[in-house]
Amino acid sequence: MVRFTAVGLRYPSPDGQEGPEALADLTFTLPEGSFTWLLGASGAGKSSLLRLMHLALLPTRGELEVLGVRVDAARRSALPGLRRRIGVVFQDFRLLPYLSAFDNVALPLRLAGRSEASLRPDVTEMLRWVGLQGKELSLPQQLSGGEQQRIAIARAVVTRPALLVADEPTGNLDSHQARRLLALLTQMNRLGTTVVVATHSEDLVAQFPAQALLLEDGKVIHHG
Amino acid sequence: MADARNRSGMTERRTRYARDPLGLKRALSDRLLPGLVAAMALLAALALAGSRGAAALKERWQQGAAAAVTVQLPPEQAGRMDDALALLRAMPGVASAEAVDSARMRELLRPWLGEVPALPLPSVLELRLENLNIDPAPIGRQLAEAVPGAELEAHGIWVARLAALARSVQGVALAVLALVVGVAVAVVAVATRAGLASRRQAIEILHDLGATQGDIAGRFARRIGLLAAGGALAGAALAVPTLGAMASLAAPLSGGVVQPWSALPWLDLLMLPPVAGAIGWATAQFSVRRWLKRLP
Repeated sequence: MVRFTAVGLRYPSPDGQEGPEALADLTFTLPEGSFTWLLGASGAGKSSLLRLMHLALLPTRGELEVLGVRVDAARRSALPGLRRRIGVVFQDFRLLPYLSAFDNVALPLRLAGRSEASLRPDVTEMLRWVGLQGKELSLPQQLSGGEQQRIAIARAVVTRPALLVADEPTGNLDSHQARRLLALLTQMNRLGTTVVVATHSEDLVAQFPAQALLLEDGKVIHHG
Repeated sequence: MADARNRSGMTERRTRYARDPLGLKRALSDRLLPGLVAAMALLAALALAGSRGAAALKERWQQGAAAAVTVQLPPEQAGRMDDALALLRAMPGVASAEAVDSARMRELLRPWLGEVPALPLPSVLELRLENLNIDPAPIGRQLAEAVPGAELEAHGIWVARLAALARSVQGVALAVLALVVGVAVAVVAVATRAGLASRRQAIEILHDLGATQGDIAGRFARRIGLLAAGGALAGAALAVPTLGAMASLAAPLSGGVVQPWSALPWLDLLMLPPVAGAIGWATAQFSVRRWLKRLP
């Protein structure tokens, strides 16, 4: 479950002072096992909201609960374990350029302490699923934008996370790959993963109807 | 066969990358930091050897000269040399008393007085006291009562001055050592910051994927500790011939005896790599953990 209660977020301004609120008074709950579209124009605050959900940022006010943990009140040492239960597909992929496709996908498993022998079948299977079999040793810069995005997706889901957040995950995919990705996300959702996907694609939302959270100027203007 | 080789190569590459997901082998050069640490380890070895040498000299001077006392009998009392020796040997606190023969006296005075066989010279005795705490003044008084004109000269003031000089040299050497350690910490901190700057995005990615501060700081600390230890090993190796050469130069201070290789401060040299590694490890841990505080 993800629960926001009067959450606000300010980024520091360049002079070190507090800037204006990028997100203000966010109050909503995403039930465990739900699928939610996060919608809104560019600059509405979708990426900031997702960064709060995967704990890359902490709220400057309000209460935030993620997977049963009060993030705003939790000790710092409790957060890494919580992050490992969250899968993230970043808008800019955020792959490590000196790691192969295999090693990028295997990274969350290695951070979780999985042995080399046990992680290999999972990583290989995930790479096969996203259509990158045979490119295990390719470096990100040797792959197209779509292929890099598929590696980012494989890395996000390889740990079977309890919460999956994706920021424009289909931005660099063709329509076939986009449908395959959404099929994967809905499949994971059926298995119990809470999924939140930020997108601009109305077509995608129409093809996979689910509850939506609409943001405008850092505030939720529609939820349902 | 080729497949097996490929699989083996893939496994090796994966293992290598798994050990270094931050790419620190590229971010933290294996030349600059070890080179700087090697230079500092060499300086540290010289400072340590200087400190040990000064301590040994101080000890030697105190052991040798402090307990030595010279007794002088006027020429007219030369015939009472045996009485004086017997008296002194019977006194408590006197370890030994020996006469300096006239031939040795003339040899010692030749640089100043030349060949002057007719010149009357005082008779001289050398005493060794049992320890440094014995006051030679009562011995001198008792001797003067028995042998009028006898004078006793203790070397304490010279020993005190020499010991103070040796202590100063030792203090300077230790100050240099402290300075070297301080510079080493600063160099490691700068290298760590450079590594953090070049791997900022990778650190943020690992952090977002659930890496702990200890995990990230530990990877930096292991790499930097290893580089520092390697550099110090090279510095210690360079210090061996340098110290050997310096021991030859310092031979006159130790009675003209060139110290053997076994007299080099081997334990200090052996300790340099682990100590440098520990300094690198601790400095990197501190620097990285401090930097990571900016992340949630």
